[in-house]
Amino acid sequence: MARNTLSSRFRRVDIDEYDENKFVDDQEEAAENQGPDAAEVDDLIRQGDMMTAFHTALRNPPINTKNAAVKEKAQATVLRVLTSFRSSEIETAVRSLDRNGVDLLMKYIYRGFEKPTENSSVMLLQWHEKAFAVGGLGSIVRVLTARKTV
Amino acid sequence: MKFAWLDFSSKTSEVPGGMAYHSFLLEPITCHAWNKDRSQIALCPNNHDVHIYKKDGAKWTKVQELKEHNGQVTGIDWAPDSNRIVTCGTDRNAYVWTLKGAQWKPTLVILRINRAARCVKWSPKENKFAVGSGSRLISICYFEQENDWWVCKHIKKPIRSTVLSLDWHPNNVLLAAGSCDFKCRIFSAYIKEVEEKPGPTSWGSKMPFGEMLFESSSTTGWVHSVSFSGSGNRVAWTAHDSMIAVADGEKTATISSFVSDSLPLLCVTFITENSLVAAGHDCYPALFVYDAGKGSIAFGGKLDVPKQSAQRGVSARERFQNMDKKATSEREEATLDTLHKNSISQVSILEGGKSKCTKFCTTGMDGGMAIWEIKTLESALKNLKIA
Repeated sequence: MARNTLSSRFRRVDIDEYDENKFVDDQEEAAENQGPDAAEVDDLIRQGDMMTAFHTALRNPPINTKNAAVKEKAQATVLRVLTSFRSSEIETAVRSLDRNGVDLLMKYIYRGFEKPTENSSVMLLQWHEKAFAVGGLGSIVRVLTARKTV
Repeated sequence: MKFAWLDFSSKTSEVPGGMAYHSFLLEPITCHAWNKDRSQIALCPNNHDVHIYKKDGAKWTKVQELKEHNGQVTGIDWAPDSNRIVTCGTDRNAYVWTLKGAQWKPTLVILRINRAARCVKWSPKENKFAVGSGSRLISICYFEQENDWWVCKHIKKPIRSTVLSLDWHPNNVLLAAGSCDFKCRIFSAYIKEVEEKPGPTSWGSKMPFGEMLFESSSTTGWVHSVSFSGSGNRVAWTAHDSMIAVADGEKTATISSFVSDSLPLLCVTFITENSLVAAGHDCYPALFVYDAGKGSIAFGGKLDVPKQSAQRGVSARERFQNMDKKATSEREEATLDTLHKNSISQVSILEGGKSKCTKFCTTGMDGGMAIWEIKTLESALKNLKIA
């Protein structure tokens, strides 16, 4: 008989879920940030206040939430700010960030690389160059090793 | 037939600054250990064996190959006073080697693990050794006189991933362990069969076997290396997210960390009570200084004496090509100007101990071993301040 007549439902069970030695991240009670206020950021871009828009967009990063929609929204907001910048002003903006800020910016940049649009990659590469000058290879390593990211 | 070019003595080069770099083989040096007077080094050339080399003037000659492991040898430690070597490997075994005449003879130690052993360290009094493994536990082994056999006890909770590195506290009881579950912990490895109850330390006073006295808050990287300071009051560790941290037992175990802009560091050791030398994927050792008053760590400088490379100008054609290919007009260095040509995986103290180190050694994936003298580094690198 070439046909298997017994149930093969067991093949759809993800046994790794039941492995008692499975590594589960510590449940940290960090606040579930909901991402930056998109409306506020849009306003600031329209007014031309790029620096404030930049800092506002990097507030409340949705690192601890598992909600994909929240993360998408935050990513879109940050990308809008980054692409609205003039190339000459990128360096000043990066220098206004602290260590953690640069790491966060790198995370958003790499997130942006994942789904390239018309002009986003060019701008993102310029941002990447300036952020790399400040954060170095360490900031990129931290993007790769982050357990919870934007 | 004698092949003249198969000279097993390694090549030594004298580098400016009085430091020495020996290229042993082309394979990476997985791990190494020195004997008491630093005349011999035991190392694993990325295979199942341990090679012992003896210093012969300016050269190193191989004196013996220890062949017993069935898997890569991942850790070697040489007890200075009792002159015993312990090795551990991916074959889930550890062997204690004793010198009988001119030959090293192995004794198997059953570790009762079902994954590879990753690191091994003799305790300061050399009556125990600890083995970290992929079985998510630490085996503390001691010799049982009545049975003439090495037995082991396990420290399991709450380790949740491979133990990558170990270091003993000078009191012979406390053990720091760095593991792939992103934490550095301090455990008690008190074995009542071989020692007296230990007195209180800055990490705690109750130390039953297996008790965890300290656990770091999560970084996001595997903890590659841990080191107690000479006094045992501080513990430092490096993690894969390019971070180095120090926990101070005398300040209720507060943690100071340094977020670095370089590649991850694979090994670290204290060289004074406040200064650390760490090295890793950037191929050079770096100095870090811990300020207890401020509770912070500062980068102290790159400890590598660069070769004087000729700075040739960039031609206009090169600039154009770089712009076209890489969108940058800077000339990039195609070669490393560091002593080691690949990642440094282990650092060991040669002279002075962890409190007043005067000489240390690094081995790496380039198959080379470099010996660094603190005095020479201090005079060659002007801004170096070892606290």
